[in-house]
Amino acid sequence: MSDPGEALANAKAAADRIVKAKRLNACLTPPKELRQSLQKQAQAAHPSGVLYGMPVAVKDNICTLEFTTTCGSKILAGYRSPYEATAVAKLKAAGALVAGKTNCDEFGMGSSTEHSAYGRALHPFDKTRVPGGSSGGSAALVAAGAVPAGLGSETGGSVRQPASFCGIVGIKPTYGRVSRYGLVAFGSSLDQIGVFGRSVHDAARVLSVISGRDPRDSTCEARDPLRLPTVPESLQGFVIGIPKEYFPPDLDSAVRRACDRAIRVLKELGAAVREVSLPHTQYAVPTYYIIAPAEASSNLARYDGARYGPRYDGALDVRTLYRTTRGQGFGPEVRRRILVGTYVLSSGYYDAYYRQAQQMRALIAQDFRNVFDRGVDLLFTPTTPTPAFKAGEKLADPVAMYLSDIFVVTANLAGLPAMSLPIGRIKGLPIGGQLIGQAFLEDEMIEAAYALERMVPGTEDA
Amino acid sequence: MTAGGGWETVIGLETHVQLRTASKMFCGCSAAFGAPPNSNVCPVCLGLPGALPVPNEQALKLAVRAALALGCTLHPKSVFARKNYFYPDLPKGYQISQFEQPLATDGALSYLSPERGLTTATIVRLHVEEDAGKSLHDRFPKQTAIDLNRCGVPLIEIVTGPDFRSPQEARRYLQTLKQVLEYAGISDCDMEKGSLRVDANVSVRRAGAAALGTKTEVKNINSFAYVEKALSVERDRQIALLEGGGTVAQQTLLYDSKTSSVRPQRSKEESHDYRYFPDPDLPPLVLTEEFVAQQHAQLPELPAKKRERFMAQYALGVADADVLTGDRAVADYYEAVVHAGADTKLAANWVINEVLGDAKTHQEQLRVPPGALAQLIGLVRGSTLSQQAAKRVFAEVAERGGEPRNVAEALGVVQVADSGVVANWVSEVLGAHPQEVIRYKSGDTKLIQFFVGQVMKLSRGKADPKLAQRVLEEKLAA
Repeated sequence: MSDPGEALANAKAAADRIVKAKRLNACLTPPKELRQSLQKQAQAAHPSGVLYGMPVAVKDNICTLEFTTTCGSKILAGYRSPYEATAVAKLKAAGALVAGKTNCDEFGMGSSTEHSAYGRALHPFDKTRVPGGSSGGSAALVAAGAVPAGLGSETGGSVRQPASFCGIVGIKPTYGRVSRYGLVAFGSSLDQIGVFGRSVHDAARVLSVISGRDPRDSTCEARDPLRLPTVPESLQGFVIGIPKEYFPPDLDSAVRRACDRAIRVLKELGAAVREVSLPHTQYAVPTYYIIAPAEASSNLARYDGARYGPRYDGALDVRTLYRTTRGQGFGPEVRRRILVGTYVLSSGYYDAYYRQAQQMRALIAQDFRNVFDRGVDLLFTPTTPTPAFKAGEKLADPVAMYLSDIFVVTANLAGLPAMSLPIGRIKGLPIGGQLIGQAFLEDEMIEAAYALERMVPGTEDA
Repeated sequence: MTAGGGWETVIGLETHVQLRTASKMFCGCSAAFGAPPNSNVCPVCLGLPGALPVPNEQALKLAVRAALALGCTLHPKSVFARKNYFYPDLPKGYQISQFEQPLATDGALSYLSPERGLTTATIVRLHVEEDAGKSLHDRFPKQTAIDLNRCGVPLIEIVTGPDFRSPQEARRYLQTLKQVLEYAGISDCDMEKGSLRVDANVSVRRAGAAALGTKTEVKNINSFAYVEKALSVERDRQIALLEGGGTVAQQTLLYDSKTSSVRPQRSKEESHDYRYFPDPDLPPLVLTEEFVAQQHAQLPELPAKKRERFMAQYALGVADADVLTGDRAVADYYEAVVHAGADTKLAANWVINEVLGDAKTHQEQLRVPPGALAQLIGLVRGSTLSQQAAKRVFAEVAERGGEPRNVAEALGVVQVADSGVVANWVSEVLGAHPQEVIRYKSGDTKLIQFFVGQVMKLSRGKADPKLAQRVLEEKLAA
């Protein structure tokens, strides 16, 4: 597409579809503002860009100039960033349009998009269920067909898990592949911007555009943007590892069936499939729930009401101002994680928790290196232990909620690229399979995903 | 020095030094002092959501040079850490600093103690960090104004061991530290502008005791003159407490220069838990040998080395060499005078007495060019000018410029070495003082100085005093 008239019409159609999907509560941008902005953006977009005219929904924890950036939190209600994220700037430079800001768990803390100050987002196929989280809004909009692609962000699976629940493709790149500049920090050593698409190709080409060096992020690698692979005829020569720890005896039998079918397809495509072991997997969730809250407790210290965001005045002293602003501005899950993070960094507890968790993190990363060093190119696992769960089901039990991320947090801890793609349905609800690749070898992972996508009946019951 | 009553004072210093860079530690904002409030700010130093720090390479170069100048062990890998605390002038809610793995440790700085002579202070650690903003409590009634211009300005913190035994020693160390850092172009070290700030840990113990007493931390010492005062006040307070049977409480004290007293810092949180942890936004700082070598090559000759060289090369005493090398500009000036041909010792005298004396009253400017001073010194040595006349010429050149030779002629102070002219002045003087002539001739030869003085007076300084004395002796002997 390179015709400005067509781009304008497409932008209007996208706005109509997003507004029509309003019942999902996936988009936080008011309809009128969205329409006006999309029209303006379509007029200003670069026709020569590789994503010319493509509407991309953006998670609300990624800074944009067009719309507010609230991170799903009351503490940033009405906040307008004076600058935009590097990923967003790259999207726009490629001709894409920022198609509104999407609902998410507050500051990315959650697995269901229920922990949003702006109400929960709904699963696109079953309104009683959650779309997953924390990037549930972007996932739901893409799954509903409102936009071809969306940006999300991951700290511990927040793109792959909702992609699995919503039946779409979600890619989390290698840590350092995409600039974090303008991604509002949750757990800085784990955070990466990720992408959603209804096809591997849509997700991959958006990822390619936003990837690459950025002098404003010291943790972003000085590498050229990701080059897209071609769709392979077969997977001859690929060695795909099946880590046994991701297929425990009590794994949901339908999930197992879907995975088995996908594994059969991989073999049929010519890949060598091998069982492997990642022995420290069982420690991943506890490790994650020490490191991520520790970093969050520090990253979220800046929201004190002194410079931006709503401020609870009437405080007689600065301590009261902080307490009231933060006490009222943050939701319960964010407060819980700040408390946990503050605790594990406190003197006297640091060694027992934070330092131990860092050591465990290194062991988990080493597990992956050991497997890859023995000739394995990629790993295949289920993305989530179950399909989308019911809204409210896990709200009273934070640990049950945390365990829905059991198969996805490891890639964040190890900094590896990973993606989810649909491998079937269970009673009509989508379920995803996960590919985990080697650092900065997203192209191999995407190549395998291309092949798998063509051969796996992603919308059929397993 | 032992304070009165057999007490020994023990002091350690933590000095924060602002690095001389154009921009801030983690963003491109100007680090200049004195801009309108909140004008040198951006998303990074304002700590806006999503902004990230990127280290300033020039700041790292200067920090490495500082570590090298202080003889520290540089660590090939150091780690930025977050120091977490809430304060309105700290927009991120944490300060980026270094904690478990600092840039450098185990250095030393030699300084001249007034009591113990040449003494070495140990540098325990040297690390890089960013500054906080400023809270202005007196700007608006009942409100606090925040200026974030200083927020993110690069600093190094230099921590000594408990090595000083008197407030005077602490001050000398600081002066020496300032000298070294100024020499190497690392910092302006201007305490009034806050580019050098010092906190002191102070304790006292019975002379001879091995264990350290309970220490207090003294903050808010904002000029060199106050270092000694503040520390003396705190030392005396502790001694008085202990002698009265009390105990010293470990606490942070603020020095008030107006009342010359210390008072406890008002704070509900006595012991902060800063929850330090490695900053995940910044990869470890890795120094290559090549980088360190490059910084080493950028270091100038440091004051201690220069002092030794001046003593050996120019045959100067330690006191003169110390003054001349105290400031890099003065040292360079002195060497330029010598290179222009002046006698090394005469040049030292002239620079220390006249040039620095003049500079003191003229904003530290060295107003007479080194070549002109060398010429002036030559004129004195060649008896063209008397010492007195030379000082007048110096003042004139300092004020209005010009070649000393021409200035001397214009002022009419060139010495007269014509024996005929001098003989006329001598005859006149002898004729005017018959009594003294008789006393001289009867053996009181010390009067020769009196006659020389009279000749100089009569000639208004123009007579060559040596020639005058010779002519006087000849005439009086006749």
